[in-house]
Amino acid sequence: MADAIVEARGIHKHFGALHVLKGVDLVVAERELVFVIGPSGSGKSTLLRCLNRLEEPSSGSIVVDGIDMLSPKTDINHARQRIGMVFQSFNLYPHMTALGNVTLALRKVVGKSRAEADELGLAALKRVGLADRAGHTPGQLSGGQQQRVAIARAIALEPKVMLFDEPTSALDPELVGSVLEVMRDLRQSGMTMVVVSHEMGFARAAADRVVFMDHGLIVEQGPPAAIFENPSQERTRSFIGQIQRH
Amino acid sequence: MNPVSTWDRFVETFFNAKVMAKYLPDILSGVVVTIELAVLIVVTGLAAGLALALVRALGIRPINWLIVFVVDLFRSLPPLVIIVLIYFGLPAIELTPSGFVSTWLSLGFVLMAFSEEIFWAGITSIHRGQWEASRSTGLSYGQTLLAVILPQALRLTIPPLTNRTIAITKGTALGSVVAVTEILGQASSAMSNSYNPSPLMLGAAAYIVLFLPVVVAARWIETRFAWKR
Repeated sequence: MADAIVEARGIHKHFGALHVLKGVDLVVAERELVFVIGPSGSGKSTLLRCLNRLEEPSSGSIVVDGIDMLSPKTDINHARQRIGMVFQSFNLYPHMTALGNVTLALRKVVGKSRAEADELGLAALKRVGLADRAGHTPGQLSGGQQQRVAIARAIALEPKVMLFDEPTSALDPELVGSVLEVMRDLRQSGMTMVVVSHEMGFARAAADRVVFMDHGLIVEQGPPAAIFENPSQERTRSFIGQIQRH
Repeated sequence: MNPVSTWDRFVETFFNAKVMAKYLPDILSGVVVTIELAVLIVVTGLAAGLALALVRALGIRPINWLIVFVVDLFRSLPPLVIIVLIYFGLPAIELTPSGFVSTWLSLGFVLMAFSEEIFWAGITSIHRGQWEASRSTGLSYGQTLLAVILPQALRLTIPPLTNRTIAITKGTALGSVVAVTEILGQASSAMSNSYNPSPLMLGAAAYIVLFLPVVVAARWIETRFAWKR
């Protein structure tokens, strides 16, 4: 695949005696939105965290935007600018304002001046609809707003791909919509995205491909309609049956 | 015979105006020495403690073992023992630190040890997600430590740190054992010279005047730096 942004091959991950990823291949094309679903403990979050090397894979190869992520020669801090990540628990810096959160890496990693960083940071906050909250600290924002600031923090660096690790799981139901809306906008702007989530409605509407993982392996993958309506594997069928009942 | 009341005798003994007036300049010079000593101990002790905690955060095993060993050593030795060891022990290897330097070094090391543990506890109490968020945006380990982790950790450490700092700084009185002319040293020699304990009362008052504002300031700092998550 010539236009692959993410190319992970044969990823294994052991945590001590635990074999969490058992040889996973994941190739994501430019502008593609891939949804990863699966029961807890299936390894989906670990896979995501391997892609930007927050987790060190035990073996395999990962190339993101042409950069060999696992090579010792790779400047990992430089490479990570191209990979935005959004966490379940937001992980905003509580001692900084929303703008401070968004501009920290622009100043420290990209080397922008404070004025340039503020300008870019405000533009990123505007994209998530929170320009008017720039001076608020995370403690003064709702969960949904915090997660949108976290998204702004990632997109301010103009990444080539965005990783979402259960971005709405920690949110009150009425706040989920605002975050999904931002993700939909990102999607429409052509951002390549890998999303670990159980927001089936969003997956159906926005995903190009759904990947179902179980016990550290990809069980099956395909367009959302095929996976949700007509899965070929019994395990997929029973998992989807379970989450749709809730 | 003029009967002397118990009260008069009490005042005469502990609050003798003549004795107090005579030795006030000595006590005041003691206050200056105590302040000098305290500032040196606080500045060097906290700086060294923070430096050790930051080095420990790098996670280099043999170095961390060494840090933990040194810190535990100074946390378990009584400060007076360290002062005496330095003052009376070092001359055996041709080093003759003054009482002032011995007291400064000893209490500086003790504050370093306790503050290192407090800083370290603060650093490790910051949630792993903070590290991950920062590293995922490309900040290096060191940048993350200094820009993201440390500012949060420092706020958490302020209450235990101020308490410990005040406790150790008051230990400057131990310097009187090795002939440092700080408040207690001045007060006790004044007492021997005047055969009257009034200078001690003066010394106690000097400690209150000196440390009460510090205690109040510490309380202010603690509320000032508490912030809502």
